[in-house]
Amino acid sequence: MADRFSVRHQPGFTAIAATCFVLLYFPIVVLVVYAFNAATSTSAWGGLSLKWFVSAWNNDAVIEASIRSLQIGAVAAVLSTAVATMAALATTRTPPYPGLTFKYAAINQPLMVPEIVTGVALLIFFSRIKIFTGYTGLGYLIAAHTAFCIPFAYLPIRARLETMDLTLERAAADLYATPWKTFRRVTLPLLWPAILAGLMLAFVISLDDVVITEFVKSGGQDTLPTYMLGQIRRGITPEINAISTVFLLLSVAIVTLFFFMSRKRE
Amino acid sequence: MSAAERLREHEKRDIRNRWLLSAPALLIILFAATGPLLIVLAYSFLTPGQYGDVEWKLSGEAWTSVFLERDIFDDTLSLADAHVTIFWRSVKLALMTTAATLILGFPTAYFIATRPENKRDLWLFLITIPFWTNLLIRTFAVLQIIRNEGIFNTVLIKLGIVDAPLQILFTDTAIMLGMVYVYLPLMVLPIYASMEKLDFRLLEAGYDLYATRFAVLRRIIFPLVKPGVIAGSILVFIPAIGSYVAPSVLGGGKNMMLANLIELQFGQGRNWPLGAALSIAVMVIVMIALLLYVRNAGTAETRHG
Repeated sequence: MADRFSVRHQPGFTAIAATCFVLLYFPIVVLVVYAFNAATSTSAWGGLSLKWFVSAWNNDAVIEASIRSLQIGAVAAVLSTAVATMAALATTRTPPYPGLTFKYAAINQPLMVPEIVTGVALLIFFSRIKIFTGYTGLGYLIAAHTAFCIPFAYLPIRARLETMDLTLERAAADLYATPWKTFRRVTLPLLWPAILAGLMLAFVISLDDVVITEFVKSGGQDTLPTYMLGQIRRGITPEINAISTVFLLLSVAIVTLFFFMSRKRE
Repeated sequence: MSAAERLREHEKRDIRNRWLLSAPALLIILFAATGPLLIVLAYSFLTPGQYGDVEWKLSGEAWTSVFLERDIFDDTLSLADAHVTIFWRSVKLALMTTAATLILGFPTAYFIATRPENKRDLWLFLITIPFWTNLLIRTFAVLQIIRNEGIFNTVLIKLGIVDAPLQILFTDTAIMLGMVYVYLPLMVLPIYASMEKLDFRLLEAGYDLYATRFAVLRRIIFPLVKPGVIAGSILVFIPAIGSYVAPSVLGGGKNMMLANLIELQFGQGRNWPLGAALSIAVMVIVMIALLLYVRNAGTAETRHG
């Protein structure tokens, strides 16, 4: 058995793949382990402790930035998923019509531009608006996050719609359901898992953003990632590890949920 | 009204409704993503204001200073070494990152594609998890591994391989390691998508005709998954060339990449037009890469499709 010739075997490939999987997780594991380090320095191990979690929890700047991140993420996720759902309905299950390709390109455009360029563009544009209107609130960050979340929310919803045909909707219309009623009672329930998936993706993408936020935020509008970037530049304490660990846990929980949801659908 | 007319009328209304439905998404993207890019282009032709922002006077100075430097005494132009160095470093590191992720990612994608069908999802999931976790946190994790007091150097010293810690942090190597680490999933996923469709009976045919392992890899597997390889390379190259977090965290101020140079113009540099011109330059590099992709993807499809 051991000597049987396998068509699929390529020398060294399994070893490289194994290395990749180890390398992908090793730094994250080290980061999490050091979050539980009792020592003040980040280089030596001083025993198990939760003190850095406590210290992060008592740090007002951290809590404030976290709340701001969650607020922006929640609003941007809901807004982007709502408009992405509408856009997906408008761009699927139709024979090609003038402007359809343009819509695909426009919706995916934020994915094609490096974040630094978008960041600079928004910095320039919003600074003009700030001068004209005097408004300096979170609206700018929410607008920016909503825009770059749209392609991510659009992705699963469009994919789902492409597997659904129009027979059920036609049947509903034959039975004198109004278009709105058809949407609410037929389309929406079928589309719901994909909408939830889009919502989660958009939320995670918004929570992750550093670059665009760094350029768009006004003074005192740090989100958790931009706060952490500032701290890391100033020198590191295990407190950053503790914050990272909680943050990682949240992302992994959301992505795992997404994975099992999409699996169950199949 | 004839039936044909009514049908056409209905079709027209359908298209109008579809435009109305997509309008909010398109408007948000126009307002907070695409539209402002045009403003950047306009700003690159204006004069810097004294305290940042711009003065509304046309000038080509920003574009001149992307690569050239004006002598403050005699006004002569010379090559701006600092900018050339940063451009070169960015392109070099982005290409090296793409190559390294390809070398690591190709076998990994192959490994996943050759697992039993019901296990593939799980392996793929293991690749996706890091991809969805925060980029800054992952870069920070790399920093902790490679810094002088980090686990890498500690192990090397304990094993007696080196006497003093290797200075990896704050070098180009550090930036590249960080980028390879964070962008690796972007290479694996599209290659896997191509590999999943690979017909493994073709490999058998190759071996029947006395091909070596390497010949099968080079002449059968690689050409068939080329679209995935190109897609992965583009997906890695675009964020790498504009990378901001990796050089900020791992490059330590001295080893700037384009994104840091751009940021500088909007901070201490107070030269918004130059920052705008540099941003457009990054966009141009990205567009060249995308054009190459479209051309290659096209030929790959006609040849094997």
